Amino acid sequence: MDLSTLLPPLLKGARVTAELALMSTVLGGVMAFAAGIGKLSRFWPARILSIVYVEVFRGTSLLVQMFWLYYALPLLGVSLGATLAGVLALGLNIGAYGAEVVRGAILAVPTGQYEAAVALNFPRRHTLWNVVLPQALVEMMPPFGNLVVQNLKDTALVSLITLSDLTFRAQNVRNLTLETVPIYSLALLMYFAMALVLMVAMRWLERAIANRVGVTAARARS
Amino acid sequence: MMFGIHWNTSTDWAFAVSIIPILLRGMIITIEATALGFLVALFLGMIFALLRAVPLKIVSWPVAFIVEFVRDTPLLVQLYFLYFVLPNYGIVLPAFMTGAIALGVQYSAYTSEVYRAGLEAVPRGQWEASLALNMPTWLVYRDVVVPQAVPRVIPALGNYLVSMLKDTPILSAVTVLEMLNLATIIGDRTFRYLVPLSMVGGLFLVLTIFSSWLVRVLERRMPNDGIPLR
Repeated sequence: MDLSTLLPPLLKGARVTAELALMSTVLGGVMAFAAGIGKLSRFWPARILSIVYVEVFRGTSLLVQMFWLYYALPLLGVSLGATLAGVLALGLNIGAYGAEVVRGAILAVPTGQYEAAVALNFPRRHTLWNVVLPQALVEMMPPFGNLVVQNLKDTALVSLITLSDLTFRAQNVRNLTLETVPIYSLALLMYFAMALVLMVAMRWLERAIANRVGVTAARARS
Repeated sequence: MMFGIHWNTSTDWAFAVSIIPILLRGMIITIEATALGFLVALFLGMIFALLRAVPLKIVSWPVAFIVEFVRDTPLLVQLYFLYFVLPNYGIVLPAFMTGAIALGVQYSAYTSEVYRAGLEAVPRGQWEASLALNMPTWLVYRDVVVPQAVPRVIPALGNYLVSMLKDTPILSAVTVLEMLNLATIIGDRTFRYLVPLSMVGGLFLVLTIFSSWLVRVLERRMPNDGIPLR
């Protein structure tokens, strides 16, 4: 069995993986900001809602969440379909981790910045969007880079709710050809390549944001 | 019926109560897999960290590449790889062992980074002082560097322990009968997925809250031995 028969199905799967990773990252980003800012809100229902969301999704296993959305939710009358269930589980899960990053970065903005905004009589919304968030965003980028790669790795779990991503295709091709070593090595290499692309892209984005805002992040690799 | 335990499907609450003993059996497997995997991660991570610190680039670079590769590829695919490839080389392990090893290998990439950061955080002056006192290297590690590095790495290692616990359901993909797998089997047999899957979610919440609390307690009780941290 040569490469030309193994590669096309795996590449098709890689495309599905990339699409899922992209969609869930966008959802995760939105949720991270919503819940991260919500946790710091003066409005208590927003605070409670954000805390419950973050604790539930960080406290339970991603695969359990995915199975719950795919197998259990239809029994409550909501049928999502595999793609939607997968994207929702991935996005909500990574968003909960992102929310902690957003909250931490906002709290790390020096108090002098808030005081200056108050002294200038800025409205709160204006302070948040134009003073605090741009500076916090720079701090958020390195941990976001880790989360984006984490999310890419997590997309492999969608193969367990019948989506034909890279992992699922690798399993299929293995069942047909029994060429275990080359198939899984190729699949691992493809994931690694995608992770490298994401890391480079996130570094670039991080620098672009830092240049625009004019602050550099204290880089800590975790 | 499972493990000789019957379930009662008359009401949701009765069903939930009747499957608790079954899910608790799965929880034992979950905890065992986490414990074994964590031991592998602690040990293998240490080896990776030490090899990466070797001054020879011919050793440290390939190790750095392996660590990065393991870190950036999915646990599920690594698990399949071990599960289907190892038997080709005559290594036939039970699914549980393969699963625990896969968990350990994936997290060893993380623990090796933690060790490295912990060792690097020990001030240079400590090394220089030991050199001035003419201490042998292994004594410097044993009496000076490691005691100062341990309190720094405990919180990070604790976080990875909790996150490993949450990754154990992935082992269900290779037939390990942990909580999630048992819940889906119960669902398959009764056509009721909502109750068992929600229970597993709840049990995980309990487990992670408890283990996070345990890690925090351990962190606070860590002796500082008069060493100023930071």
